[in-house]
Amino acid sequence: MRPELKQWAAPGALLAATMCAVVFLWSTPFLWMLVASFRPDSFGGLGMASLFPDFVPTLKSYRYAIEDGDWPLWFLNSAILVTGTLAVQLVTISLAGYAFARISFPGKEALFYLFLLQLMLAPPVLIVPNLTTLVHLGLYDTLIGVMAPYWGSAFGTFLMRQTFRTIPKDFEEAAIIDGATWWQVLRHVLLPLSLPGLTAFSIVSVVYHWNEFLWPLMVINDPDKMVLTVGLVSFAQGAEGASDWGLIAAGTLFIMAPLFIAFTAFQRQFVNSFMSSGVK
Amino acid sequence: MDTPSATKTFRKIRLQPYLLLLPAFLCLTTFTYWPMLQVFLASLTNKKRVGDDGSFVGAENYLTIFTEADFLGALWNNAFYAAGTVIPSVLLGFLFALALRETTNLSAILRSALFFPTLVPLVGAAAIFIFVFMPDIGLLDYYLAKLGLSATNWLGNPDLALVSLMALTTWKNAGYYMLFFLAGLQGVPQDAEEAAKIEGANWLQRLYFVIVPMLGPTFAFVVVIALISAVSQVDHVIVMTEGGPNNATNLLLYYIYQQAHEFYDLGKATAATVVTLAALLTLSFLSLRTMERKVHYET
Repeated sequence: MRPELKQWAAPGALLAATMCAVVFLWSTPFLWMLVASFRPDSFGGLGMASLFPDFVPTLKSYRYAIEDGDWPLWFLNSAILVTGTLAVQLVTISLAGYAFARISFPGKEALFYLFLLQLMLAPPVLIVPNLTTLVHLGLYDTLIGVMAPYWGSAFGTFLMRQTFRTIPKDFEEAAIIDGATWWQVLRHVLLPLSLPGLTAFSIVSVVYHWNEFLWPLMVINDPDKMVLTVGLVSFAQGAEGASDWGLIAAGTLFIMAPLFIAFTAFQRQFVNSFMSSGVK
Repeated sequence: MDTPSATKTFRKIRLQPYLLLLPAFLCLTTFTYWPMLQVFLASLTNKKRVGDDGSFVGAENYLTIFTEADFLGALWNNAFYAAGTVIPSVLLGFLFALALRETTNLSAILRSALFFPTLVPLVGAAAIFIFVFMPDIGLLDYYLAKLGLSATNWLGNPDLALVSLMALTTWKNAGYYMLFFLAGLQGVPQDAEEAAKIEGANWLQRLYFVIVPMLGPTFAFVVVIALISAVSQVDHVIVMTEGGPNNATNLLLYYIYQQAHEFYDLGKATAATVVTLAALLTLSFLSLRTMERKVHYET
């Protein structure tokens, strides 16, 4: 594709070999997790660290994990959390991104800096006052309460602003001449052309909220509203779980499974959307 | 008084952009700007838990935490942790992107393998890394022993525990940052590199004089998100060490979490939050400024 760049791989084979070695090293914790989850003796012992399965694989750890945890419920709650967060985010960031990208208005710069400020203050840092706010709003111990602080995303707003700005204005002008309103332009011209940006943001948002732990841990008390990460810790720290590595590995793989499958299936689109969305 | 010109000026300011910003802004106000104010006000009181009124005590909480070994330790630990996670994970992310920038089948597989740690939930990774760092039987010691090195109690040794957490963070984040650099590298114009090559620049010179300056904005962005994550992620501390041994892994957010939810001292928790926010803003601002100065924008 870029033959001029071949010089980067000047000693091409050497670079490839080095990278393969580095990547193997990088993958060991993950590979170990896979091996450990199928190991019959999952409580430790000297050979436990071996990356090469020298045993008859068993599904015992998976069976215990399924029996010990309320996985369907946790999956459901995490799924509600992730989709509920993303759905609102997509609306707010598209609207705000559009205003910042295409309209000039008094105070735009100041508002932009105000948004920038939020980018640097991740919600977990404001955990104490945000819990107080949730109590006042009657959202404490609800999934809505876990979602709400993320509904206005400065990161997403920037990303959409960036993405909209890469689209030539001619497209919109043509639509406006045909009598389209601003929201028709947004809905039928800008958003379809911004799919890479929307996809990249959705991936970042879903991965973040699927794996988030501290904030849901603090907001939720009711076991019926527990999400996957909190569930994993509660059962991994249970009586026997604390040193049952097979069980912990199996549970962690459960949580990862949907992200893992989605990533493997859409790998190309994923990397492409990241690269062409102007995430920089 | 209602002159035509006044009406005209009023009409010129259209409401539409403000309405478009409103939903996002409402959320940011409720969960960022308003709490910042609240946290500052609460830090001046002796509130004990959520719902308490508390009375005004001025700077007392600040004086307390700044003379307290636990807080100063957490501040120092977090500074050390930030430096020790941001630098290696950003550099590795950059090197990975550089090595795998060409799209081949092999590089696609290697990229995925490097990216996978990003998908592992931090609490899961933390639980797994407890085993990685176990003395004797753990993954690290097991293979180090084969190289003839002796057993180390990674998480139990105050000098090594925080470094062990840094290793976990670097492992988890470098692949994520690699994606941003891969995106950035696509924006480096071919002819600039080509021109440098014709001028006789070797690969190291091209890297330093062409690629790195062009990637200024990417570096600035990635460093800032890495800094933010160094202050706002605490799952691994909760799962692996609970701040120990001997407070060696007590990070700012863990300190805040403990003060608020274990020791019920909101005054101290909020004062620590204000200090954390100030540090975070200063560092983000400084890194953006420094990096932007080195940027060479295309015109």
